[in-house]
Amino acid sequence: MARRDTPEINAGSMADIAFLLLIFFLVTTTMDVDTGISRKLPEKQPEDVVPPVLKEKNVFEVNVNRRNEILVEGDQYMKVEDLREAAINFIDNGGGSAADMASQDLSVCSWCEGAKDPASSDHPKKAIISLQSDRGTSYATYISVQNELVGAYTVLRNRYSNKKYGKDFDRLNYEQQKDIKINIYPQIISEAEPTK
Amino acid sequence: MAKFGKKKKGTPGISTASLPDIVFMLLFFFMVTTVMRETSLKIQQPVLPKATEVKKLEKKSLVSYIYVGKAKDGSPGDLIQLNDRISKVSDVPAFIFEERRKRTQKDIPLMTTSIKADMDANVGTITDIKIELRDVNALKLNYSTRKGSALDNIKN
Repeated sequence: MARRDTPEINAGSMADIAFLLLIFFLVTTTMDVDTGISRKLPEKQPEDVVPPVLKEKNVFEVNVNRRNEILVEGDQYMKVEDLREAAINFIDNGGGSAADMASQDLSVCSWCEGAKDPASSDHPKKAIISLQSDRGTSYATYISVQNELVGAYTVLRNRYSNKKYGKDFDRLNYEQQKDIKINIYPQIISEAEPTK
Repeated sequence: MAKFGKKKKGTPGISTASLPDIVFMLLFFFMVTTVMRETSLKIQQPVLPKATEVKKLEKKSLVSYIYVGKAKDGSPGDLIQLNDRISKVSDVPAFIFEERRKRTQKDIPLMTTSIKADMDANVGTITDIKIELRDVNALKLNYSTRKGSALDNIKN
């Protein structure tokens, strides 16, 4: 019998087939971009709970009405782009006197660089941002306001961590981040029920 | 010199036999990493607002999605989509319990709800959802946004 080599199957087009499949999957799959602003909702309170008494000066009030206008501290009309700066000034004020702070188991905020205005917040741990919106406010405005308020904390945390550790907040280890989150600049944003 | 003359050949071609392997590897990579959308949208694709202070959602398997947007025919008012049907706000607790049933006990506190809402949605709708979520103790929330300057959200 005459021995012949079996002819090889030409595999040259294999690459083409694979490419075709590759391109098909590239086109049909959608990469879902899952990024967003993370918030934690408050736990449900019992009906008879008494809200804690807060000093007026420790609350930074932000109101957004149904025409998407922003009112700060009840008397200042503000644009979104100015909100971050105003929130930073408020949180970072640190105006509490030593005696006043000692009575609340806190020491004077040594890392604050604010104006130390006695009429503004005492301490970052006491500073509360209160956000109230209207049911008719557009979601876009609402998110922008939230973004700026969260951004104010980010700026302050980054400033502190750069000074103390020489790097951004995101690059710190878990313990360091936790320390800043709890003891230095805790994020206290409270949302009131929207007006109807 | 005849010996040398015989040796004259063309340069050998580079073997492309491993090219399919390389391409297949790429193919598998993309097949594994990309996520196919499980639900088809019954509402208009929400236009997400932009924000800068965004965090990536980790553990996608623990995320439940709530879509808020306009009806496909463009009629006014916000619609809520849970899984693959248009629902009412009062259906949200049932949806959360259903999602919880699919996960193990220890994963439940880590579950996050992602709200994918249209820029033109009303805060009232979002608040109603938030109250329902709070009532069933689903407290981790994520407002889905795109990356970009938040100032672009506001139309002048």
